[in-house]
Amino acid sequence: MSLVLDMPEIVATHGVPAAAGTVASLTHVTKRYSNGVLALEDLSLTLRRGEIVALLGPNGAGKSTAVKLMMGLSSPTSGTVSIFGADPRHSAARLRTGVMLQIGTAPHMLRVREQVNLFRGYYPNPMPYADIVKAAGLEGIEQCFFVQLSGGQKQRMLFALALAGDPDLLFLDEPTVGLDIEARRAMWSQIRSLAARGKTVLLTTHYLEEADALAHRIIVLNKGKLVCAGTPAEVKSLGAAATSSQPSALGLKIIRCVTALGEEHLRAMPGVAAIEIANGLTTVTTSQPESTLREMLALDQSLHSLEVSSPALEDAFLALTSN
Amino acid sequence: MSTAAITLPAAPSSSLARILRIFFNETRFEFLRLLRTRGFSLSVIGFPVVFYIFFGLVLNRGEAIHGQSAAKYMLATYAVFGIVGAALFGVGIGLAAELAAGWLELKRASPMPPLAYLLAKCITAMAFGVVIVSILTLLGITMGHVSITLVQFARMIALVIAGVVPFAAMGMVLALLAPFNSAPGIANMIYLPMSFCGGLWVPIMFLPKVLQHFAVILPTYHAAQLMLGVFGYAFAGSTLSHWMGLLGFTLLMLGIAWVAFRRLEQNS
Repeated sequence: MSLVLDMPEIVATHGVPAAAGTVASLTHVTKRYSNGVLALEDLSLTLRRGEIVALLGPNGAGKSTAVKLMMGLSSPTSGTVSIFGADPRHSAARLRTGVMLQIGTAPHMLRVREQVNLFRGYYPNPMPYADIVKAAGLEGIEQCFFVQLSGGQKQRMLFALALAGDPDLLFLDEPTVGLDIEARRAMWSQIRSLAARGKTVLLTTHYLEEADALAHRIIVLNKGKLVCAGTPAEVKSLGAAATSSQPSALGLKIIRCVTALGEEHLRAMPGVAAIEIANGLTTVTTSQPESTLREMLALDQSLHSLEVSSPALEDAFLALTSN
Repeated sequence: MSTAAITLPAAPSSSLARILRIFFNETRFEFLRLLRTRGFSLSVIGFPVVFYIFFGLVLNRGEAIHGQSAAKYMLATYAVFGIVGAALFGVGIGLAAELAAGWLELKRASPMPPLAYLLAKCITAMAFGVVIVSILTLLGITMGHVSITLVQFARMIALVIAGVVPFAAMGMVLALLAPFNSAPGIANMIYLPMSFCGGLWVPIMFLPKVLQHFAVILPTYHAAQLMLGVFGYAFAGSTLSHWMGLLGFTLLMLGIAWVAFRRLEQNS
């Protein structure tokens, strides 16, 4: 897993929003399915106005169950769910929420424009059609039937349906699955701008990098239980502490790029711990990534295809959810 | 339209208009969707039409069934055959597919009134039923020397609309109980024997006595007798008894669908 170099944008999202009105909450929610599977156990969480919260966890952690409870599609075995101070099944709550679920397919033989407008019609004050097209990146595919869309385009149409009602609260269940990097980053920036307009977003993901890049707060779930919660930095440091068996991994970054710089040259740079050159791609492991990068960029004007990833991200996540 | 909606808060009267518009749009797009789904529209309209041409107009040309023209008799029974197909496949298989894909869940999470979803499917099946019966009637008049009055045609259309309901309810049960992969197969396993035993292909009086007695529990039989009643061709039983038969079947199906839906909801 790699984190595309995008420092200013990521840092900007980590500021906790000022407004703190509670929009939605789960209070001591336990969900046991009738087949005996315990999907959630004593989970409490609160979503506040204007924040992006990521529910992070491996498959089967209970993320989708939490979303379905908040959407009123399923009722808790015990505990309470509240959306805008009301029961999530209340129609007033539904008018103010939008949702993107992991679904197999939408109706094949309806055009993107038709599906979006059908959903807009459910709301008294929908988002203007042109704004949805722009926000979800539907330009050029509006006249296509759903069945003709690529995986990423389908995902974008579902995002558009979630936006249709100009909702104050958005649930996005694995929104960027199947999207290429560009589309994923476009959706990230849309999600950020929604939050900036005071909307609340709850997204589920099993990519820590996505949670890290987007969320003000991360809630890590595993096997239906809360593992930890906090800002991305807090979660990562908790994860890092959990990986104390490999303290050397802390602070290390991996730089991947195509560069003309030779191995010897690179080894002399500050912090560099290991170098690997294969198939024209250079991989540098360093404990001082900023200094190393600065020097590499200064020395090689033609350097390209740059990626910086943190081994601690993956390790932290695995450590947190492994037991 | 949208800019006005944003500046003006929704008044109660406009909210009723909005809900009516949701029902209308839901139905419009459901019809459009099925019409564009060639696999559906061609077979659901094509089967009764082709069967009627073969058995009602070509093979039994000039034949009489108990003194009545075969072309006219079979116009009534193939009309019922058509609406059963439209309801079972339009409502049943449509619902099964959308349930399996998780699409229904997304719809339920939206503020769409759940009734709009079900009514859209039902009305669409009715619309297909009207199309089928109109084509059959046109064929009967032009190729089979069938003469029917405008009132009879209007009564046929009314029966199409009412007759979709029990089979739509049966489609719902099928969608809720059968796994999606097998739903189309099961639908055919119900559709074809039920049509035969209800006297839709071969007039009921030509079936063995055992089957004639068995037919009383089939909604296809009651619907066919009501449709034949439009021409005064009913075989047995009063009009009221056939309506009660359809009503009983509908209530039974809705009851099973309700239980199945509750069970599904508890599992989710």
